[in-house]
Amino acid sequence: MLRKLRIALATTTLLLLTWLFVDFTGTASHYAAFLAKWQLLPALLSANVVVCTGLVLLTLVGGRIYCSAVCPLGIVQDLLAHLRPRGRNRAGRYSHSPEVRWLRYPVLALFCTAIAAGAGSLVALLEPYSSFGRIASNLLRPLYESANNILAGIAANHGSYTFYHADTWVPGWTTFAIAAATLLLLAVLAWAGGRTYCNTICPVGTMLSLLSRFALLRIRFDAGKCRSCSACERACKASCIDYKTHTVDYTRCVACGNCLTKCKHDALHYSLPARNTAPSVTKAGSTPPDTARRTFLMGAAIAATTAALAQDKKKVDGGLAALARRRVPTRQTPLTPPGSLSARNMASHCTGCQLCVSQCPNNVLRPSTGLLTAMQPTMSYERGYCRPECHRCSDVCPTGAIRPMAEGEKASTQIGHAVWIRQNCVVLTDHVRCGNCARHCPSGAIQMVPLDADDPLSPRIPAADTSRCIGCGACEHLCPARPFPAIYVEGHEVHQTI
Amino acid sequence: MDKTLSRRNFIKYMAAGMAATASSSALLTACRAKDRAPATADGSDAGTMTMRVNPNTGDSVSLLGYGMMRLPMLPEGTQPTDAATGPFDQDMVNRQVDYALEHGVNYFDTSPAYCRGLSERCTGIALSRHPRSSYYIATKLSNFAPQTWTAEASREMFEHSLKELQTDYVDYLLMHGTGMGAHDASGKQLTGWEAFEARYISNGILDWLVEQKAAGRIRNLGFSYHGDVSVFDRLLAWHDEGRYHWDFAQIELNYLDWFYANEINPRNTDAAYLYGELKRRGIPAVIMEPLLGGRLARVADDIAAELLQRAPGQSVAHWAFRFAGSPEGVLTVLSGMTYMEHLRENVATYSPLRPIDADEHEFLMHIAEEIYGMKTVPCNECQYCMPCPYGLDIPAIFVHYNKCIREGYVKQSDLDPAWSRARRAFLIGYDRAVPRLRQADHCIGCGQCAPHCPQQIDIPSELHHIDQYVEQLRRSSDSRY
Repeated sequence: MLRKLRIALATTTLLLLTWLFVDFTGTASHYAAFLAKWQLLPALLSANVVVCTGLVLLTLVGGRIYCSAVCPLGIVQDLLAHLRPRGRNRAGRYSHSPEVRWLRYPVLALFCTAIAAGAGSLVALLEPYSSFGRIASNLLRPLYESANNILAGIAANHGSYTFYHADTWVPGWTTFAIAAATLLLLAVLAWAGGRTYCNTICPVGTMLSLLSRFALLRIRFDAGKCRSCSACERACKASCIDYKTHTVDYTRCVACGNCLTKCKHDALHYSLPARNTAPSVTKAGSTPPDTARRTFLMGAAIAATTAALAQDKKKVDGGLAALARRRVPTRQTPLTPPGSLSARNMASHCTGCQLCVSQCPNNVLRPSTGLLTAMQPTMSYERGYCRPECHRCSDVCPTGAIRPMAEGEKASTQIGHAVWIRQNCVVLTDHVRCGNCARHCPSGAIQMVPLDADDPLSPRIPAADTSRCIGCGACEHLCPARPFPAIYVEGHEVHQTI
Repeated sequence: MDKTLSRRNFIKYMAAGMAATASSSALLTACRAKDRAPATADGSDAGTMTMRVNPNTGDSVSLLGYGMMRLPMLPEGTQPTDAATGPFDQDMVNRQVDYALEHGVNYFDTSPAYCRGLSERCTGIALSRHPRSSYYIATKLSNFAPQTWTAEASREMFEHSLKELQTDYVDYLLMHGTGMGAHDASGKQLTGWEAFEARYISNGILDWLVEQKAAGRIRNLGFSYHGDVSVFDRLLAWHDEGRYHWDFAQIELNYLDWFYANEINPRNTDAAYLYGELKRRGIPAVIMEPLLGGRLARVADDIAAELLQRAPGQSVAHWAFRFAGSPEGVLTVLSGMTYMEHLRENVATYSPLRPIDADEHEFLMHIAEEIYGMKTVPCNECQYCMPCPYGLDIPAIFVHYNKCIREGYVKQSDLDPAWSRARRAFLIGYDRAVPRLRQADHCIGCGQCAPHCPQQIDIPSELHHIDQYVEQLRRSSDSRY
């Protein structure tokens, strides 16, 4: 019964969260975003008292139910173990092993230190929900989008607007590589020993184990009925049952209920009565992937085909001018999305789950490659700009790294300011009228002024009033200069209200 | 009775189908072929092509002329089979030219500028496979870049045309795009007349063309006309004075431009006037844009239904061709037939022509009024504005916008109950039709395109207008589509 309920809940959680991460239409954010906010560390970071209290109570009453039914990475491990090629005796392949204390607690300590020190990349690397987010958004999402794009192609042929084309792109290759490595590590660990990751590495699991040892409801042996058949131990993916001593290590038990269904003698119950069992001892696990190295794979340098089948070459009609691919300008201060308050707030709250990145409809957000901020979102405007009507990242962020914004708040939040680069501006390089930046500035911060103040007929160049600029990047994205724009946005460490 | 009803329904479905597919080739040849019991294997009519006689040379010219400005292209991503013809599908060009000649079409109109400059070559390859006496070639002295305006460059252009067309004479030579105006080499805006003088008079090239005609290398000399009517009037005044003799002139004529060209764009002149002036002088008229670049084949649903009901079993486009071919002074009607289906259908329409009668004329004028009531951008996808140096796909943007207007997806206000459906259709369709980096928001307003537009569209301001509408759509909801 417990097992069936657990499987039903876990399946629902996994489906909803996966949908949230692969969905590019914004629909899922209305129905599934709450599950991201129920995750323990995001709730702690966003000081979500209701969820934190709920999770603490849940664990004190029922043990690590969280790890079985709420944490998507835990569920993924169950799925991976389930998918293991069927050898002999699949369901009974586990055995009891001692707790790996020397690894569990130092990892937890390291994790807490990293949070306190604002080392976001380390936090992101260890945090289970975020690992899941990276796997889903980097590995599953492209598949989901490709499948959608086939449907979109069919729809387009039938004049239907039911499906539309999604851009499949990898926002950051470092993050992609980390996601792939995490999945590989999980698969190996899950196939070999079930919940090894949860019980030896995961800092959230260790955190919960501090509470679960006092849980009211637990798996308890009825020694009188036990025939020492070892079925429960072999079924225990957490390796926490020792049938010989009739003990269960409650710091590692995730209350999955597998042992209950395996026991043919009614010797195990998930029940109230008292009596503590001491947790047992040591065995080695494996180390976490420790590479948060910047690999700097920001797109192979593009031998840019020149932007101009230019005017004076126009002798024939038809054809399209080649467009050089836009390259990322170097920003002294990286941009963080409106609602993130400051680079510091971002660094200390973000767990790098990639939910905002995968939700961003304008392809502005992508994971940072900075050493300490790796996997945390940063912004750039090659594919679009931060549009005024959109605040989806602030709606979905579960950790408080991007705070929800009230209607219109975004229009007065300055995240950076525009900088004009004279030598790139087409007004001067191509001798044409332009003003596309000024035309599209949503806050009216850019005006076109004569190059020569004394000559009102001289070419008009953009002048940005940085006090009105909010840093949305419309000017940068829509600037015709390529590969580098003639106007770009420099980030602000602390956002201001203008 | 039953039969009539089912036909009505059939027509309704056709109307709906046209709007839904909105593909440029929805000309429904197959449907009409079924209705008419085909006499030939390919389904075209068995009748013979209506011919018109050129009073100057006695040429017997087919009423349908083949415009070589929209040649079939190889599917995107295919490697060109022959570097010489680039992305164009020469095999298909050959097949279509063969079909055209077989069915009486004998007038082929090209230019050094068409199809990225490859039209003459493709045309030459296809035509040179047939006896030179079996067809007439029309080409032009084009006028796009001021560098080509010198006498020397112009002569070169003409010699080059002969070479590409693999012939030693041209049957019909046109001064291209008179009346359009242009920018000169220094970027100065020239009026229609100034541009004409700079291009054809002050360099002595018109006189040189007259010499070539005397030498038999040009058989008929004329001009194609767009835009500034004073240029047209002055050229005809020269004809009256005997200063130059125009053997023919090429004008835009269709049932929308007949009375509404000037209303749609004050810089254009009604076709009724242009044709009348030519007819009065006995100058044969060559007709371009009989379909307005396909706009008269793809009209709004309700208008399509009217046209289809009036001539059951005939396509929407057939009306436009019959209208353009009906005036007696029309020598030939040019159609840029990209697809075999277009060619078959048009051959059928003119084999033979059933002239528009007075009732039908009135009916089409009423249709024109209805079309004029919709503020579409009068773009005919001629591609003269392209390539935009900043990468925009100008015609594709206009085509999408016009399509949305026709289908009722352009709304005035977000209070409209159908707004969000229309928004989705407009925005998804926009991204499908035009890559994001080539959309209207990237128009910087440099204005380099505008002088090339034979329809005198103020392209930048139309693009900015569309961009503003798109911005209004986007801002009205936080979902992307």
